[in-house]
Amino acid sequence: MEQLVVALIVFVLAMFVGFEVITKVPPTLHTPLTSGSNAVSGITLVGALLAAGVDRGPLSATLGLLAVVFATINVVGGFMVTHRMLQMFRRKD
Amino acid sequence: MREGLINFAYLIASVCFILTFKGLAHPRTAVRANKIGALGMLIAVVATLTASGIGDWRLITVGLVIGTVIGAILATKFQMTGMPQMVAALNGFGGGASVLVAGEALSANDQFSAQVLVATALSGLIGAVTFWGSFVAYAKLQEVLIPGKPVIFAGQKALNALLLLASLVAGGFLVASPDSHFLYWSIVLAASLLGVLTTIAIGGADMPVVVCLLNSYSGLAACTTGFVLDNYMLIIAGSLVGASGLILSQIMCKAMNRPLTNVLFGGLGAEIASGAEADSVYAGKIKSVSAEEIGMLLESARRVVIVPGYGLAVSQAQHAVRDLTRLLESRGVNVLFGIHPVAGRMPGHMNVLLAEADISYEKVIEMDAINPLFPQTDVAIVIGANDVVNPLARTDPSSPIAGMPILDVDLAQTVIVIKRSLSPGFAGIPNPLFVADNSLMFFADGRLALQEIINAVKAPT
Repeated sequence: MEQLVVALIVFVLAMFVGFEVITKVPPTLHTPLTSGSNAVSGITLVGALLAAGVDRGPLSATLGLLAVVFATINVVGGFMVTHRMLQMFRRKD
Repeated sequence: MREGLINFAYLIASVCFILTFKGLAHPRTAVRANKIGALGMLIAVVATLTASGIGDWRLITVGLVIGTVIGAILATKFQMTGMPQMVAALNGFGGGASVLVAGEALSANDQFSAQVLVATALSGLIGAVTFWGSFVAYAKLQEVLIPGKPVIFAGQKALNALLLLASLVAGGFLVASPDSHFLYWSIVLAASLLGVLTTIAIGGADMPVVVCLLNSYSGLAACTTGFVLDNYMLIIAGSLVGASGLILSQIMCKAMNRPLTNVLFGGLGAEIASGAEADSVYAGKIKSVSAEEIGMLLESARRVVIVPGYGLAVSQAQHAVRDLTRLLESRGVNVLFGIHPVAGRMPGHMNVLLAEADISYEKVIEMDAINPLFPQTDVAIVIGANDVVNPLARTDPSSPIAGMPILDVDLAQTVIVIKRSLSPGFAGIPNPLFVADNSLMFFADGRLALQEIINAVKAPT
């Protein structure tokens, strides 16, 4: 129970931080914001690594492997796409 | 001790993610912000790999290599105009990963607290909706397999409600009997159907909202996975993404003056205005011009504001726009760009295309800032936009777009509308702007039209 309460506290506070920080992103950068936050949501990769790395039977291994592949596509693709886009916003002097 | 160090690394990673979003507040700091985010991810991954209990590196290595190769190929191969579908697809993989991780946690353990079971059920639900919703959005944006128009059938809403209810009930049973794994997979199945059905019902121009919302879901899915694994970093990163998606959907809805429920369930765009109505608005009142006349108008202008819409992306006209801008600037004309928040197929879509064509973001002005400038604008050029410049939004309270904030191009001295035909925009209504006294129509594909105008300006007079 206590664990849940702490987790909820973290969740609520992080939501507030998110709202504060993200309302400051200008419309020009809304697409990079979407793709960048998309990459961050690939943090599930951490869970996927635990699932794939701990030997708990063939079903677990299959699910874990697929999860690592999916999450890695999300993370690598997300950060690279965002980088490619943001490069174009650099001021050309 | 080791556990403590890993959690400390997770804290650093969480801070990195917050700094990522903070740095996106300005184009100057944005590239670095993205790198900080990637660094945070790297720290999180390395810390996880040192966790006790990870005994088998083979699967992890194989998974990381396959995922990296696919992700890198996707990210380098696609065209900038295809950015919305790219983001949708990547988003789907994140949601899918959440489903798999929660499913694995369920299959591999036998002791569960109620918290973990609730979070597992929610991961399955939100993750599956995200996965399938994102791929339907991808297919719609890419125009493969599924039509871009809303697909609606009788009883769809009731069916959706039923599917949601079914997955919640299955979730309730799962909490009561955690050994019945089939309950989890039936949640995933029902949620998959729900993801497909809710997304096919939404039309192309409402896609910006859907992309934001799915993005938000993928964050929430990461969050619930965090509750399953009792991992605060996942909760923090997930809620940041969730907040980001929610804020963007809210901005989009405000820019269309429609509540989110209307976007999701309204089915706007399914019907097209009757031809008779359009004919009575347009009949005999359209003034069509040639590139030469436009060239002359532009040469004598002091300020030109270009308003791009989705048509710019479709005809890949961003480089031609750049060429015209440079040419006019070399003749002393002040050229600006006015962007509507929902122009294109995702938030900021037009900004990305213009940035790709090397147009400085300082010339690209958002709606509220550009609108007061239109009365002092000599020529406004509308390229491939329709509903977002329709004055009916201001004047006709019975119009489907009534009250939607628009770009006031009709207040410019002259409006040039570059459009392939008089076909209606997404809202399916005629646009009186096209017959206004100060409006001139140039019927052509965006890129070819711009090329002709460039030649006309260049030609010695």
